[in-house]
Amino acid sequence: MINKTIAKEIYRKMFTIRAFEERVEELFSAGEIPGSVHLYIGEEACAVGVCMNLNPEDYITSTHRGHGHCIAKGGDISKMMAELYGKKTGYNKGKGGSMHIAYPNIGILGANGIIAAGMPIATGAALSAKLQKNGRIVVSFFGDAASNQGTFHESINLAAALNLPVLFACENNQFGVGTRISEVTRVSDIGNRAVAYGIPGKIVDGQNVVAVYETVKELIEDIRQGKGPALLEMKTWRFKAHFQGEPATYRSNEEESSWIKKDPINIAREEFKKKGLLGKTQVTEIEKEVLNALEKAVEYARKSPDPEPEEALTDVFA
Amino acid sequence: MRLISYSEAIAEAQLQEMKRDDKVFLMGLVQRDPYGSAFGQTKGISSKLGTERVIDVPVSENGYVGAGIGAAITGMRPVVELQFSDFITISMDQVVQQGANVRYMFGGQIKVPMVLRAPTGAYMSAAAHHSHSLEAWFSFIPGLKVVLPSDAYDAKGLLISAIRDDNFVIYLEHKKLYDKKMNVPEKPYTIPLGKAAIKQEGTDLTIVAWSFMVSKALEAADLLAKEGISVEVIDLRTVSPLDEDVIISSVEKTGKLLVVQEAYRHSSVATDVSALVAEKGFDFLDAPIKLVTAKDAPIPFSPVLENYLLPQTQDIVAEARNLILEGR
Repeated sequence: MINKTIAKEIYRKMFTIRAFEERVEELFSAGEIPGSVHLYIGEEACAVGVCMNLNPEDYITSTHRGHGHCIAKGGDISKMMAELYGKKTGYNKGKGGSMHIAYPNIGILGANGIIAAGMPIATGAALSAKLQKNGRIVVSFFGDAASNQGTFHESINLAAALNLPVLFACENNQFGVGTRISEVTRVSDIGNRAVAYGIPGKIVDGQNVVAVYETVKELIEDIRQGKGPALLEMKTWRFKAHFQGEPATYRSNEEESSWIKKDPINIAREEFKKKGLLGKTQVTEIEKEVLNALEKAVEYARKSPDPEPEEALTDVFA
Repeated sequence: MRLISYSEAIAEAQLQEMKRDDKVFLMGLVQRDPYGSAFGQTKGISSKLGTERVIDVPVSENGYVGAGIGAAITGMRPVVELQFSDFITISMDQVVQQGANVRYMFGGQIKVPMVLRAPTGAYMSAAAHHSHSLEAWFSFIPGLKVVLPSDAYDAKGLLISAIRDDNFVIYLEHKKLYDKKMNVPEKPYTIPLGKAAIKQEGTDLTIVAWSFMVSKALEAADLLAKEGISVEVIDLRTVSPLDEDVIISSVEKTGKLLVVQEAYRHSSVATDVSALVAEKGFDFLDAPIKLVTAKDAPIPFSPVLENYLLPQTQDIVAEARNLILEGR
């Protein structure tokens, strides 16, 4: 059950993701952030509901839409922002950028620019945990589109065959770039694919953080007990385009407004208020603290030094 | 001393490293006994150490190669095997995009201490799906080391080094060498990665080769010696990193370079070695650089066709003679 401490932490993390992403959107449009960004706005309940069940030493693998996972797992927004700016002080020293943020010290085994490529890596991290008997578990985040990659099948089958401690967590935001998942896959529930691997599968409302948190809690309890992998599908929707600057003309206004009504942050706030887990003053306080920290993160990123050009040639080999 | 085969040397290296370090584990198809891998390269290991660290996997090359990488970046030292190096095509995303890149992309926060072993090469009537020599695909990629032992002694020493190395090492074993026996010390020993070996000293001509082509080069050198031509045979041992110094100083001595490569010519290790010598050893050359390589077609099945397409000892001898004539 969610208590006051957990509710507060959930809200803080969800709001941090939202505020971070909205600020990134502005800074990217202003030309301060190079490259491209894929925003997580609308999907906050997924990352937070899952990661609130993890210990710092547990692992995650993330996706190109990974800022939310990193924050939910405990990433520092200043180091993240600096990475987005390509600065020396970023998590990856400016070598990864938005799509590849990693911080293995708290189990973040990287966002990944290749769809579903984190799944075998997560499987291997789970094998590593099992061989080292260190009690760690792994969550592999991926999207609906990733479920059509060969590595989805290969990883889940391998993890099931070897009985590995890994949760495959699908964020079904309905679209692979601009193609609706229903146009490229005949099954409507990716979670049901678990049957094919002989593992548990759950489908949950990805806009409702309480539902995600509690479903994952059950799945992870079994995983920690050595019962092997599980598959989770979270039904969600990204409020923004595939990447910033893309017009997202493949979705209707009606669809958009119907999903925006299901804003995960509003849902969480109202539910926590209703249950007496989070007061109005607390909400204001959390939001103020987050926004202050965020401005500090932006300043940190802006003022941080660029890498030396010659650093382009370091870190190739150990 | 005792005679053991190339595949026994590979198995022994792995067994000894697994005994030394409990982070080392094996993963691939049919790794466990009684099979002990397709060419016996893991034979006896699961019987001696148990099956926990000798993992048989489903036929899912991209999946289990990627799982090796995931294990490597979280504290283990996997030795992952592809049953044939040709199947690396199936796992290329994990090898090239993940394994080779991940340390760099993470800003050096992690290491990838993994060995990916695979049988390479042709001359087996195995046709095009099981005969490739793909080392140039990997020497092309920053972040990968590429090792190709040419005999049992090197196979053991190079594999132990590869397992102890903190980087992603592609270790390609030649199928024609598995049964070849030689004196191999029982005690573990290492051969440094990135260092070539002079397998035979000579003064008239340098032959650079690696993997199975080293034995062809040595055969050719014997035949040429009967004609009074003294050949120096360099075995690269690792094609990435490339031992530039040994190549250049040999060419400085002989003035002539012949590169012998089982793989196709274009965009290959042989063309790279040639470019190196043209760039840094031009003044030492007294004849054009020559290459003996496979001809440009998929590897055929029929021995007649395959032998025509692939480099033969006589091709090396003929090209070496031409080179000596041109250099006069």
